Amino acid sequence: MSFSPDQTATLGEEVRVRGLVQGVGFRPAVWRLARDCGLSGDVCNDGKGVLIRIWGPASERDRFLIRLRDEPPPLARIDEVVRGYLCEDPPEGTFSISTSRSGEVHTGAVPDAATCPACLQEIFDPFNRRYRYPFTNCTHCGPRFSILEDIPYDRAHTSMNIFPLCKDCRAEYENPEDRRFHAQPVACHACGPKARLVRLDGHAVSADRYTQLDAVDAATNLLKRGEIVLIKGLGGFHLACDATNDHAVSALRLRKHRPHKPLALMARDLEIVRRYAHVSHAEENLLQSHQAPIVLLNRLNTDSLAFDIAPGMQRLGFMLPYTPLHHLLMRRMDRPIVLTSGNLSDAPQVVDDAAAVRALRGVTDWMLTHDRAIINRVDDSVIQMAGDDTMMLRRGRGYAPESLPLPEGFDASPDLLALGGELKNTFCLIKDGQAILSQHMGDLEQAAVWDDTVRNHALYARIFQHVPKAVVVDRHPEYLSRKWGVEISEKSDLPLISVQHHHAHIAAVMAEHRLPLDHPPIIALALDGMGLGDAGALWGCECLQVSYCEIRHLGGLRPSALPGGNLAMREPWRNALVQFADAFGWPVARQRFTNLSIMEYLGKKPVEQLLHMRDRNVCTPLCSSAGRLFDAVSAVCGLCMDRVSYEGQAAMLLEASVDLSVMGNASEPGYPFEIAESEKHFIQMDPRTLWSPLLDDLQGGIPVETIAARFHKGLAASLVQLIRRTLGATPWTTTVALSGGVFQNLTLLRATREALESLGLEVLVPHLIPANDGGLAFGQAVVAAAQIVT
Amino acid sequence: LSHGSGGKAMRDLIEGLILPALGASSATPLEDQARIDVLETLGTGGQIAFTTDSYVVDPLSFPGGDIGTLAVNGTVNDLAVGGARPIVLSCSLILEEGLPFTILEKMMCSMAQAAQAARVRIVTGDTKVVPRGSADKMFINTAGIGIIPTGVHLEIARIRPGDQLLLNGHLGDHGAAILKARGDLSLDADVESDCQPLNGIIAALLMAAPGTRCIRDVTRGGLATVLNEFAAGAGVGMRIVEDSIPVRPVVRGICEVLGLDPLYLANEGKLLAVVPKEEAGAALDALRSCPEGTYAGVIGEVLAGPPGRVVLSSHFGGERIVDMLVGEQLPRIC
Ligand SMILES: [Fe+3]
Ligand SMILES: [Mg+2]
Ligand SMILES: [Zn+2]
Ligand SMILES: [Zn+2]
Repeated sequence: MSFSPDQTATLGEEVRVRGLVQGVGFRPAVWRLARDCGLSGDVCNDGKGVLIRIWGPASERDRFLIRLRDEPPPLARIDEVVRGYLCEDPPEGTFSISTSRSGEVHTGAVPDAATCPACLQEIFDPFNRRYRYPFTNCTHCGPRFSILEDIPYDRAHTSMNIFPLCKDCRAEYENPEDRRFHAQPVACHACGPKARLVRLDGHAVSADRYTQLDAVDAATNLLKRGEIVLIKGLGGFHLACDATNDHAVSALRLRKHRPHKPLALMARDLEIVRRYAHVSHAEENLLQSHQAPIVLLNRLNTDSLAFDIAPGMQRLGFMLPYTPLHHLLMRRMDRPIVLTSGNLSDAPQVVDDAAAVRALRGVTDWMLTHDRAIINRVDDSVIQMAGDDTMMLRRGRGYAPESLPLPEGFDASPDLLALGGELKNTFCLIKDGQAILSQHMGDLEQAAVWDDTVRNHALYARIFQHVPKAVVVDRHPEYLSRKWGVEISEKSDLPLISVQHHHAHIAAVMAEHRLPLDHPPIIALALDGMGLGDAGALWGCECLQVSYCEIRHLGGLRPSALPGGNLAMREPWRNALVQFADAFGWPVARQRFTNLSIMEYLGKKPVEQLLHMRDRNVCTPLCSSAGRLFDAVSAVCGLCMDRVSYEGQAAMLLEASVDLSVMGNASEPGYPFEIAESEKHFIQMDPRTLWSPLLDDLQGGIPVETIAARFHKGLAASLVQLIRRTLGATPWTTTVALSGGVFQNLTLLRATREALESLGLEVLVPHLIPANDGGLAFGQAVVAAAQIVT
Repeated sequence: LSHGSGGKAMRDLIEGLILPALGASSATPLEDQARIDVLETLGTGGQIAFTTDSYVVDPLSFPGGDIGTLAVNGTVNDLAVGGARPIVLSCSLILEEGLPFTILEKMMCSMAQAAQAARVRIVTGDTKVVPRGSADKMFINTAGIGIIPTGVHLEIARIRPGDQLLLNGHLGDHGAAILKARGDLSLDADVESDCQPLNGIIAALLMAAPGTRCIRDVTRGGLATVLNEFAAGAGVGMRIVEDSIPVRPVVRGICEVLGLDPLYLANEGKLLAVVPKEEAGAALDALRSCPEGTYAGVIGEVLAGPPGRVVLSSHFGGERIVDMLVGEQLPRIC
């Protein structure tokens, strides 16, 4: 488009750019482009983004804007460009970068980014002044959010503020033509942070006993030697060891009190990753992206990794080096290392050296640390690919706190604060019609997570200049997030809005897919472990009719008892027992299936007491949980009977054991759920009918892999049937949303999705917002916003 | 039992059963109030402590006690934790029509024995019989008066960071005994309520550790609730150490089957005392020298903050927040 019939006349134009455009080298990029195009004018940051004024011929102005769209700086995200005439004359001289508009505060923060190719080249170039410098970065890469204390984002407000720039670095910092122009964490050997190898047992250490090079290289030697090394990373400490060394990995598990949960791996490059796992093109891109998450990859049949990296799992979580320190550390490692969060058991990753030493001196004697403080804990993000789509499992480093645009209609929302769930807690701000979802915080009941969350919330409030008009919480009365919300709302005299758990799960998917605020209700399946539903019921496998403002409960799984409440969440055998009792009556089941290993196991358990509790309704709430049904099947199949050592373990083992050829074979049956309409047209899936064929298979020696597949098939088929039965009640929609942690099960997701799509339905699944409770806060925020706006 | 209104039948009930059972003589005329010689009792001055509580429990009897022992010990303990020496109690009965005499008699007997054990006198009372269904068998209200000697000031506001938290024994016995009595356990569990008076052990504690900040009897809502009330009331944090909290194996076993947390289970003979660090040793010795404190221990400490927060440090060094429950122990995990 052009504004003048005369293509060559020099006219002025004002260009407003919104999106992720501050702190990412946007102004120097504009500066270079404008000069390339021969334009005069200026560029500055202000409260709304970036404001560009350009004078020149229309053709050149157009070319400038096309190039800006096509070659933005690597970390930028342009959401909107608005052009308008300027009547003034151009300023004197060539194009310039103006200092920011006075009076306007630069809000926001940029996620941390993996080392860029240019910096990488420098650290491996012996003639570069940053050769082997572990903290090399530039405008296109490096630490951002993890070192941020306050706004505006400049060096003084980061943990780099104790490192004055040397002459060379300052020259780079001040030169708009340089890649490091206004790169706040810029540093070099002369002026920046330094890495150090420390012995935690108090003995002195000199790195040159272990290497000719430096502390980082010495750590490589320790890893090669089979030692466990505590490593200070970008968003927290990690524990590392050689992933091919059985002894080292077992010792790490034992000392960290983490018996089974899969361990994340880091490999020097894709070539090494490919030795152990299959990497699709999309996965390759994800691994190499500047977010550099942990990507779950299908494992190859090689036995050269330590045996208990990911016990019972078909997938491995790999990441590539994302800081210069990691690149240097991995340089001479021709095999993967374990790089797992530096903590004990369930505690959050430690971030400061003193806490690291205190908590982890029993795990290892070695620490590779440095003197740049980690201000904000940001855990590694974890992603899997569902076909061609990303599916975020844990949203942390690289993604948070990037703002998320909201669909049409949400611009009118007041600023809100949503406090999320309990486990996998995140919180979410709505600010100027955008959502800002915090990084993964974790289980709020952990005191350290709670402290982090409170501190982090204060930080977000500060850096986004956020003053909420209402507080949004889950309905569950015991969630600490809810109690906190109640406290905030009372203290600040703000309205408190409660959002039903599964409504939040589904609203998150709707908003991510940009369904407008006034979109007619859609159909949804929400499958998870448990959330509080209507009238005090505990839900976890529900078919809902959902708009942003409200839900209708159309159907769901027949509820089963949870004998022992929370314990039924941890001990799969309890759910197996309940399913036996529901389907056959316990005495019959015990007689009929005596030869199964689960029966032998149950024989040693206080079964009578549990059944007694169930009959007397003591400590035994009812819950329609999909997660617990998976637990029951997993226990019956002997995969995980006793106690899970991490959340979702039993269900994940069941998914991992699925025989995919059975899954893909259309003539193979699935175990049936009876679907029946109960009172008020509520459609119930009854799991009692699946047990007879399942247990017959098990007794008949059918492999567990086949049984697992048939269970997945049956569940997917009944979910689809459930949807079909409810479509009559909602003839206007052909859209189905799937969410809740259980849909992270790719086998179930694929089967359900394909069947729904073959019915001509459009299926929405979560991509960058976690399907698990890590996405709740985002969903809560949009529901509350919709309710307020409407 | 069928004694509708005040008349003769009621007088017979009171004079024939209740008074003799409680050890009062019907020779003394029945006044409408008790009279306590203040000067004689107070001696050197001090404060009068006055409390009341109503007791409702299903079933009326349970291993280790019944509603009668609860009604005496509960009120005695409410006085004692304020530093008071309990002197006299009142006893108000609300009886459901049809309640067997034998049960009433048994409960009155328990009250008398409990009062004797706690060295208090039941000096006044009232009895009402209500129609069937208007009450569940029997409710008891007791009010109590005690004397707080001069110099004793037990207050939550006096709690300071660094103070030690002392508990006099095993947690959850009463809660477990009630579960058993209700028939909620099919397991054969050998549990008894810890229902007992605490005035003796508290007197010993205050003698040995006069700087004691405050004491609370740990009843419904369990230790977790008391700690949260202390922490919120004093604007301090609290840390308790999992391994130092005594729970009988049988009670732990019940919790591990039912999914209950002993920190939230009810007790009827446990106290939590907050004692300055320098007196903690003497306080512990004093507690342990009493039969109610054989298993006493230091279970944690007061922290500067965050205000109102209670944490439990586990074997592995992690710290879990122990909050006050809004409702029942409802599953949380998604
Ligand atoms: Fe959930
Ligand atoms: Mg509290
Ligand atoms: Zn770079
Ligand atoms: Zn420098």
